[in-house]
Amino acid sequence: MNSAKGRSLWADAARRLWLNKAAVLSMAYLALMTAVCVIGPYFTGHDFSTVYQTYVRVPPSIAPYPQADAIEAELNESLKRARVEVKGWERKEGRVFVTISADKPVDERTVRYLDRSDAFDGAKVEEKSADGLTLTMSAAVSEERFLFGTDPNGRDMLTRTFVAGRVSLAIGLLAGMVAVSIGVAYGAFSGFMGGRTDEVMMRIVDVLYSLPFTFFVIMLVVFFGRNFVLMFVAVGAVLWLDMARIVRGQTLSIKRQEYVQAAEALGVGWLGILTRHIVPNILGTIIIYVTLLVPQVIILESFLSFLGLGVQEPMSSWGVLISQGARNMDGAPWLLIVPSFFLTSTLFALNFLGDGMRDALDPKDR
Amino acid sequence: MVKYVLRRLLTAIPTLFVVVTMSFFLMRLAPGGPFNQEKGLMPVIKANLERVYHLDEPLWKQYLYYLNNLAHGDLGPSYVLPDFTVAELFRVGLPVSMQLGFSALLLALTLGTFLGVIGALRQNKAADYAVITLATAGSTIPTFVIAPLIQIYFGLTLKWLPIAGWNNGAFLHQVGPVLTLSLPYVAIFARLMRGSMIEALRSNHIRTAKAMGLSDWSIIVRHAMRGALLPVVSFAGPAAAGLLTGSVVVETIFQLPGVGRYFIDAAINRDYTLVMGTVVLIAVFTILFNLIVDIIYGFIDPRVRYE
Repeated sequence: MNSAKGRSLWADAARRLWLNKAAVLSMAYLALMTAVCVIGPYFTGHDFSTVYQTYVRVPPSIAPYPQADAIEAELNESLKRARVEVKGWERKEGRVFVTISADKPVDERTVRYLDRSDAFDGAKVEEKSADGLTLTMSAAVSEERFLFGTDPNGRDMLTRTFVAGRVSLAIGLLAGMVAVSIGVAYGAFSGFMGGRTDEVMMRIVDVLYSLPFTFFVIMLVVFFGRNFVLMFVAVGAVLWLDMARIVRGQTLSIKRQEYVQAAEALGVGWLGILTRHIVPNILGTIIIYVTLLVPQVIILESFLSFLGLGVQEPMSSWGVLISQGARNMDGAPWLLIVPSFFLTSTLFALNFLGDGMRDALDPKDR
Repeated sequence: MVKYVLRRLLTAIPTLFVVVTMSFFLMRLAPGGPFNQEKGLMPVIKANLERVYHLDEPLWKQYLYYLNNLAHGDLGPSYVLPDFTVAELFRVGLPVSMQLGFSALLLALTLGTFLGVIGALRQNKAADYAVITLATAGSTIPTFVIAPLIQIYFGLTLKWLPIAGWNNGAFLHQVGPVLTLSLPYVAIFARLMRGSMIEALRSNHIRTAKAMGLSDWSIIVRHAMRGALLPVVSFAGPAAAGLLTGSVVVETIFQLPGVGRYFIDAAINRDYTLVMGTVVLIAVFTILFNLIVDIIYGFIDPRVRYE
């Protein structure tokens, strides 16, 4: 005998979410973005804080630097300080051979000037003329790829964008969790206790609501100093108010249900009722709120970083990169466009996912 | 009605009091002070300055001084921008912020409502998806991304607009800031309007109106939109308060002489009076506009009674 398998709320919601193409695509995109930001920096071939003095603010390019037509300029540039004249150069099998001459005998240590450039390494003397006035040396051309170009300090933008993404996503998730935990605990307790306690606790929320929001965050950031870990605590501590209100409202209606009264009659304590009966029943609402909260947190963090109050150099977040890009948009627009694209596309995906979650978990929409 | 307004204004006083008290002590708990500069003032000068501004007295006394001055409408002198009182700074900056904010609010309300209605009337058609996409874009792309993009595209590439500056409020100088300010609000208004309009179009009184043979125009504008406007109006209150008191990001990026930028500068410089002034300004605007919204509510929805 086959009995129909019951469908739980969660199985049902998962099925509905799976049918929502925008939400599924967003999930895939977010997974990809997270993976790229977490492991990407190990594969770009650059460290996020390495400075390439030769390549400051170079535009994005698939071809490696130094570009073929830039080698001569780079040779002249790096040998200028040696006070010698470049007679001629040629490129053979990944090495450049350059002939230099001077009025006085050329010091062999001149090769070090070539090594100093990021474009060359392994420079050595090939041939020296009898009078010592002319010298031929060779150096390997070290090719560096900057797919997204470099920033005004000559650091690889690709790596920096990934590392910044780690910070932004981590802050979004962690601060979101902080906000939700505070909000759920506060709201559920307030709603469940009811009466005078509820009254006082909700008035506190009202008062916090009426404080100008940016002021609150700025004060917290000023307090905690510009500390990476404490910053998202500050952000999370501000964003819990909505969650507290929503959870309180739901708790008020759930605590009148018969099963809660039954639990009370059986002598279950208030903590037991809250954790076993009330919170699991509002989990759907909480999950919807989390997916909508994470983008808010990311925006808030970028906003603070944009104003110079957030993450500090050499660490970076998308907000820091965007602020730097906005200062350099004349002449180096990729510095603005790259991080803006990463930030906005992530926010888009999070929003679509949040909407999808809401549609999937909303019992009214069945 | 007059009684209602008076009562609302009276209940605003304790709210304002709590906001002022909390901000005052929160701000003063933070380390540092307005005269702790990097260069370092001579101790005598610093002591003199602190005496003039009562900063050497106990905190509770300073708090009472501030409350007393505030009750007399005196926001005090700015500590960091010498020779200016906070009121003077507002007198210069507020018209700029309000002008931009008002234009942005007007644009957001008209465009947002219009798009929302279009979306609702063409539900699940191409026009609706366009509205939804725009609404999502407007509410996800932060202003500090939109503003530089407007500067790059319209300022640097097309050279239609000046890149930044106020230029005594010349029209072209306002276009970029107003667009940036309004876009997030256009998105929110459009979304609210679309949602409530869809609901309104399904309701019984619209079906009755259709059955009575009223024209589409009359049904949409006179019967459906009137009720559907309520959520838009109630969000317009906080939106107006936020827009008219200036935006840090927009005023920083477009280099405008408004009041929005004072907020962060003042907090970082510990310009206590200016911070408090801004807090009071925002709180007053918020209270005022929520009141105005509630009054407008009564005109739109006759079921709302002010007792």
